[in-house]
Parts: sequence; C-alpha cells; structure tokens
Amino acid sequence: MTNFPIEKIRADFPILAEKIRNKPLVYLDNAASSQKPQVVIDSLVHVYTHEYANIHRGVHTLSVRATDKYEGAREKVKDFINAASSKEIIFVRGATEAINLVAQTFGKATIKAGDEIIITAMEHHSNIVPWQMLCAETGAVLKVAAMNLQGELIYAEFEALLNTKTKLVAITHMSNALGTINPVERIIAAAHAQNIPVLLDGAQAIPHMTVDVQALDCDFYVFSGHKLYAPSGIGILYGKQALLEAMPPYQGGGDMIKTVSFDKSTYAGLPHKFEAGTPSIADTIALGAAIDYLQSIGMDAIAAYEAELLAYATEQARKIPQLRIIGEAAEKGAILSFALDKIHPHDIGTMLDSLGIAIRAGHHCAMPVMDFYGVPATARASFAMYNTKEEIDVLMQGIKSLIEVFG
Amino acid sequence: MFDDLRELYQEVIFDHNRNPRNFRIIEQADRTVEGFNPLCGDRLTLYLTLTGDVITDASFQGSGCAISTASVSLMTDIVKGKTITDAERLFKQFHEMTTGKEEHINLEALGKLAVLAGVREYPARVKCATLAWHTLDAALKNEAQAISTE
Ligand SMILES: Cc1ncc(COP(=O)(O)O)c(C=O)c1O
Repeated sequence: MTNFPIEKIRADFPILAEKIRNKPLVYLDNAASSQKPQVVIDSLVHVYTHEYANIHRGVHTLSVRATDKYEGAREKVKDFINAASSKEIIFVRGATEAINLVAQTFGKATIKAGDEIIITAMEHHSNIVPWQMLCAETGAVLKVAAMNLQGELIYAEFEALLNTKTKLVAITHMSNALGTINPVERIIAAAHAQNIPVLLDGAQAIPHMTVDVQALDCDFYVFSGHKLYAPSGIGILYGKQALLEAMPPYQGGGDMIKTVSFDKSTYAGLPHKFEAGTPSIADTIALGAAIDYLQSIGMDAIAAYEAELLAYATEQARKIPQLRIIGEAAEKGAILSFALDKIHPHDIGTMLDSLGIAIRAGHHCAMPVMDFYGVPATARASFAMYNTKEEIDVLMQGIKSLIEVFG
Repeated sequence: MFDDLRELYQEVIFDHNRNPRNFRIIEQADRTVEGFNPLCGDRLTLYLTLTGDVITDASFQGSGCAISTASVSLMTDIVKGKTITDAERLFKQFHEMTTGKEEHINLEALGKLAVLAGVREYPARVKCATLAWHTLDAALKNEAQAISTE
C-alpha cells in the first residue's frame, strides 16, 4: 500500500467526512453503490450551470456544447474498456437495462424454441430474470452452471453444458454476493470454439480491475455508472459492432431514427439506434468525469490496493470463531460476505449502523445463492479504493461487540 | 457500545430471540399461513387453533432476525384467548405503534408489545416487526399467504 494515495483519495470524497449517528462514516456498501468524488459532483453542477440543453437536436450553442460533452463521454468509456469503436458503446440506464436490451433484441432475433442459454448459479437477479422472460416467450431453455462450496464456478460442468443448441452464455464477471471472479477468458474461449457469443455482467468487476473488452474478446459487456463512482441513471452496454448492427432496435422514439413517415421509419446507425428518447445527459457527462478520475489513479493500482484490503479483512474475519465467510473463491474481488452464529444479518446491519458502519444485510438480489448456502440472507462488507485497514478494524471490533451483546 | 440501540433492542427482545415462545408446530391447526418478507427473504409459518371465534392456540416455525422472532413470539403469546375481533384490533394498534402514524399511541393497551415501539425510529426494520401480524391477519381472513409490503 506504500504508494497508494489513500489520504488524497479520501479527501476527494466529501461524503466520507459525514457523521452517521455521531460516528465517522465507515462506508462498506460499495457493491450496492459507491460514493462520488468531488470532480463528479462538480461535473454535474458544471453541466447544469454552463452546458445544459437537449442533445442532438439543436443548432444553438448550448445544445452543441451538451452534445459534444455527451459524445465525449462515449469516447472516454470506449477508451476505458478499450472498445474498438465508440459505435460499440450504448448508453443505457444501468446493467439491468443493458441485459434486458440484449435479451429483447439479440435474444428475440436469434433465440428460438429448444435453444439454450447458459448462466451460472451465482448470478444477480438481473442476469437471471431477463433470460427467464425470454425463455418464457420463445420456448428456449435456461441452463445453470453449478458452483462449489467456495463459491467457484465448476468449470467442467459449465463446459459440459455447451452444445449446438447453446445460443448465448451470460455470466457475471464478478459475483456481487460472493466476490468470486469468474475465469472469463477460459469461458469465452470455450464458448467461441463453438461459435457461441458471451455476455459478461461487469457490474461488480468494472470498479475493481482493468477491463479490456478486446483482450477479453467478449461479445457483450454491461455495467452501471453508479458502482463506478458516477451518478445513477447511466450505464453501458458494450457490444461488438457486427452483433449490434444485426440486432433490431430496442425502443422506438426520437433520436433512434433516420427518417419517419406514417408508412415506414428507418433507423439511425450505431450507437443511436439503441438510444431512443432524451437520455440522462448530465449523468453521462459525469460518468466521463469519473473515468478521468479513475484513470488518474490507475485501475491496476486500485486493484492492488483493494487486494490488500480484502486479504487483511479476510485474515481478521477468520479470527472471529462465530463468523463464517460465505464465498471463499481463490479468485476474489473486494467483497466479504459473512454469517454469524445465531445472529441474523438484519440485526448485524442495524447494530453496525449504530456505530456508523454501512454494510448490506439481505439476499443481495441473489436468492439462488442464499438457497445454495442455506441462509435467508448474509451480511456483506464490500470495499472500495477509499476504504482503509483502520476501517476494517472498526468493522471487526463492531462485529466482536455485537456478538457479545447478543450473548 | 450500542447505547443508541437500547430503545430498539430491549432486554425482552433478546430474551424472546434466545427463547422464542410457542415455537412448535400445531399438527391439527385450523389455520396455517406462511408469511414472507421479500426484502430479506425471511419466512415464518403461523399455526392457529380456533374455537368458535376465539384463538385457543397459536404457534410458529421459521427463523428471522431478533426483531421478527421477538415479535412473532410475543404475538403468539398475546393473542391466545382473544377473539378474532380483538386480535384484529390489536393488529391495528400494533401497526399504528410501529409505523408511528398516531400522535398519541396507547402503549398501555398494547401491553408487552410496547417493547417493539422502538422500530418506529428504524424504517428499514418496521417490516421485521410487522411480518408476524400481517401473517396473523392473513390467517384470520383465511388467506393462504401473507406478504409483508409495508
Ligand atoms: C452483478 C450485478 N449485476 C447486475 C447488477 C444490476 O445493476 P443495476 O441495478 O445498476 O442495473 C448488479 C447491481 O447490484 C450487480 O451486482
């Protein structure tokens, strides 16, 4: 951790100075949503103060300014994930909308009765339900690749599911409930060997590691801005150009058309074909600011720092005999899901909150994962680049104290 | 260390959480209803025996947080011997107490249940306390399942 500018980073996030129940905030719910640095907040204020108008529609100066900034954010996203072209970056509301978009366009156009879609046992509901809906509409079949007790995908079982009926593999890059990082390179290679496209749900992975969609060779990659230190309301669908071009549009409306008459409309080219209606303009520009900020620190440096945080948290957690870590994959991102003997996660959540510590208690939108471990819910501490070992100490002390109180 | 929480986690709640009352199955129950809290995934099953319009026995199974366990434990104790009308009235009063809509809630009428008044200050936990009562309400109305959707 020697060179990581943690003090400066913490100072960049004004909310970290907030007191919660008269205690310094210890924010460990980053997997749900992360906090925003001043540059992102400033960016929103700046847009609304100096650059705001609707985009792609006006000849007036402000509209041109807003459009330039908005399209500039697309370039930043393209560079951030190393897409081949900014036409491959579709602005949506979040990871959820991106997955639904793929299901409703690519899915409906290419998937038929009897075809198969493969997901894993550790998916977030947003990478389960859209496929179930598609299957219900088309008669396709959803196949679920199993995981082991550590919370790792059983790769051989995944591979055995691949066959000529498989039309799509949709898999999480990193699990929000367990922290598991999946062997996506291997998964993609195996699927591509049979000409099967792969969608990666990058909602959790994106804030924690360098993502290079060309190196991964994934066909779709989705994520949300709000977990990447940017505002909510903006997310990304990356898709390979050829796939996106072949897909029918998603929603109809303004901005996604070339011409409209009552007989027939023709659609705009990429990326606008998938962007009907007025988008979240300022939030998108602020996502660009978040990306600039992250690049000034460096995703590899962030990953290295967070790996140390997770290792420390895991080591400390293991010293508490009543604590059981849920999810102990060898490849793991900065998430510590746990259960305490005879103490329900909701009680853990409320008790820690009274100490200023924000964690998530619940099923983490992954009910099948809870069923797999036989728990109704878990407590989850999820770390970001602004967290510290001292905060982990506060968390562990809090856990020890509440175990005492519950007796 | 948890001074702020003394109102919410009273000793009675810890006691009922450690030793829940009426934690058993009634084989010949007249009403069996499952309650579900979609927010946290908690489930409980409530069993009632009715003689005429009097609740003569009440019990439950399932596991939840301390607040929900104490709530259902206290509830099954208190409704025994009550008429359906009285139990429904109690539900209404309990609901008012926990959601804090009434300026002057009659805590006395609620007896032991008053220990749960503290949840009013914790909106995220209100459902934990009311799940038992929504389930009771569904049982008394003879519905198959209760979903807590406060
Ligand atoms: C793994 C994963 N996928 C998808 C999502 C959905 O993201 P959003 O709610 O921002 O659309 C989340 C968010 O919790 C997630 O953790």
